[in-house]
Amino acid sequence: MKIYRYLVALVALWLASALPAQAALRVFACEPEWGALAQALGGNLVDVSIATTAFQDPHQIQAKPSLISRMRSADLVVCTGAELEIGWLPVLLQQSGNAKVQPGQPGYFEASRQVRLLEVPGSVDRSQGDVHAFGNPHIQTDPRNIAAVATALSVRLQQVDAAHAAEYQARGADFSQKWQQAIVRWTQQAAPLRGAPVVSQHKAFAYLYDWLGLREIAVLEPKPGVEPSAAHLQQVLATLKATPARMVLYAAYLDPRPSEWIGKNADIPVVKIPSTVGGSEGAKDLFGLFDDTVARLLAAGERK
Amino acid sequence: MNPLVRAACLLALAAPCLSKADTAADLQALRDEVKAMRGQYEERIRALESRLQAAEAAAAAQAPPLAAPPGAVTQAAAPASPVASSPGAAASGTGFNPALSLILSGLYTNTSQDPANYRISGFALPPNAEIGPGTRGFSLAESELGLSANVDPWFSGSINLSFAPDNSVSVEEAFIQTTSLGNGLTLKGGRFLSSVGYLNSQHSHVWDFVDAPLAYQAMLGTQFASDGVQLAWLAPTEHYLELRAELGSGRNFPGDSAGNGAGMSALSLHTGGDIGESSNWRAGLSVLDAKASGQRLLGPDAASAERIDAFSGSTRVWVADAVWKWAPQGNATRTNFKLQGEYLRSTRDGTLVAGADTLASAAPYTAVQSGWYLQGVYQFMPRWRVGLRTERLDPGSPDYGANAVFFTADNWQPRRNSAMLDWNPSEFSRVRLQYSRDQARPGVTDNQWFLQYQMSLGAHGAHSY
Repeated sequence: MKIYRYLVALVALWLASALPAQAALRVFACEPEWGALAQALGGNLVDVSIATTAFQDPHQIQAKPSLISRMRSADLVVCTGAELEIGWLPVLLQQSGNAKVQPGQPGYFEASRQVRLLEVPGSVDRSQGDVHAFGNPHIQTDPRNIAAVATALSVRLQQVDAAHAAEYQARGADFSQKWQQAIVRWTQQAAPLRGAPVVSQHKAFAYLYDWLGLREIAVLEPKPGVEPSAAHLQQVLATLKATPARMVLYAAYLDPRPSEWIGKNADIPVVKIPSTVGGSEGAKDLFGLFDDTVARLLAAGERK
Repeated sequence: MNPLVRAACLLALAAPCLSKADTAADLQALRDEVKAMRGQYEERIRALESRLQAAEAAAAAQAPPLAAPPGAVTQAAAPASPVASSPGAAASGTGFNPALSLILSGLYTNTSQDPANYRISGFALPPNAEIGPGTRGFSLAESELGLSANVDPWFSGSINLSFAPDNSVSVEEAFIQTTSLGNGLTLKGGRFLSSVGYLNSQHSHVWDFVDAPLAYQAMLGTQFASDGVQLAWLAPTEHYLELRAELGSGRNFPGDSAGNGAGMSALSLHTGGDIGESSNWRAGLSVLDAKASGQRLLGPDAASAERIDAFSGSTRVWVADAVWKWAPQGNATRTNFKLQGEYLRSTRDGTLVAGADTLASAAPYTAVQSGWYLQGVYQFMPRWRVGLRTERLDPGSPDYGANAVFFTADNWQPRRNSAMLDWNPSEFSRVRLQYSRDQARPGVTDNQWFLQYQMSLGAHGAHSY
């Protein structure tokens, strides 16, 4: 039993040395876009920790120790939901032992619940690939969705940190106003792209296309979440011979090679979409994300 | 029709005509109209915005207090507030309640030695111990059915039924656990896989090789589960530190207890973190104590292998485990690498009856035995992984006291090297080829080939680190 005593002493020592002392509301964001949004809406009232980067596939994350610790101390969890984080978020929530952020509690916020989801499948059958029963979860590529999430998240921040409700409200109103103006600007800038036929590598841009009126005529992944095969790429190439596309789009976290191959062989521009905050040099915050996305699309659209 | 839609329609209609618009005046008129509409539209949005804000503020202020978690009396939150009401269905594990998952697995095994004669030299194990390569030829591997859901706001429950190829069903895990204790505490009760070490708490379909390491087969009964309770506590530190304490029946090897009290207790401490963006790790130290009384064991050596001995006493198993995972920029989709290793050290102390049904010769017994494995798995391209594992056991020199005459040590350190290649068409399916060169017995080399499939149906599994 001496060993047990030693272990307990070790734990006590650890605790004494490393107890965090923070007053700010601790926000755990699953993806960079929600981290950036929480930061914009909370400013210095929040301490935001982001679980993933723009170069990681949010569907393929490990429930690693550092994330479990961060979940343990979170006051508010902001994630996409719609099964995007299904492979790891439930483990983090379970292992965290944090009652405040369990689903159903005010400390648990799912962005996908604030918007209308696209591509909701009629039937869920995995012969169709990794289909998400609730619809396409990549909602952050449409700024109108960000606006809807911002409104709801601001209200949630006011609930969870009631002492600072007025400040969150003021920040929220300010953000919404600026964001609406920006949406008008982006929509206007991207107007020439309306109706343009495009190819995507992964079905990640449904909302971007819905917003800007782009037409997806082919997808490089044969089924969602299944890596593009050589045979399927040939097939897409044949499709493009018949119906040419203006460009091929891929998200920053994906392997660019399939898109580059199509770009070269079909002679169309290849566009890397930052997809989220941090996905490119220009996408430093949410405004930068859409400034850069629109600029990249326009640059590719003009080349042809 | 709202102004935006009108503007969009106009634009869409105008686009193909622009080349034909012969006068610049037409174009200018169109532009002016669009501009005017936009102004109007922005104004309306602003008006709507402010109304929405006002409405939300009012709703938030009026929101009735939620059944708050104990201690958090000031929480003002309402499930009925506008944000909490969801436009879609509830986003739980699946559309079903409870979440259902099914693992299907099958195996083709080819061994150069008869599995019936398999034993791990120097380690006395129960006659029904699940060791060695199993059945030769085609066989169904373990099929697993899992059900899990939240019970109510305070508990969640989970069961894992295992269907063995011999048509028997066993309850691998069946437990309830708390979801609302807070303070980093989770209490679990029922039957569950012990949290000692790294591999032990993982279901076998998550393992990177077909079989468990020899050290697990020899010292933890392949995988140690017990009926009992477990308290997990996650320290409120930035650095991951988790402590799990278990108390249970301990009816499985290395335990074999039938008393009123707890037959086993375990304590495990794990820590871990990130090393930059690309890699992360976890390491831990665990100790398992188990009691046995009259535990029937096959003799450990070639000379005594046919004889049944009986052990009564206590066993303590120390497990040191470490795992390190790497993926470029933390993106494991294309390539990734995983290195893991564990060291087990078992001490058995008590009385051994040599020849329980024949000689019935009882004498004090002490044995210190150990073993380790080290394995690396590399995904070199999407869908394809390759892995190597090497392992070694040290049976030590048990002190049999007056019974020493009934034992003739093999003087052999069991060892095995394995290589595997697996193909994962999707995250739900896997086909694996494994070769093992098994030298668990002196002078005998068993070349083992396995071809295995593992498929998962139903709820998308969420896996621990």
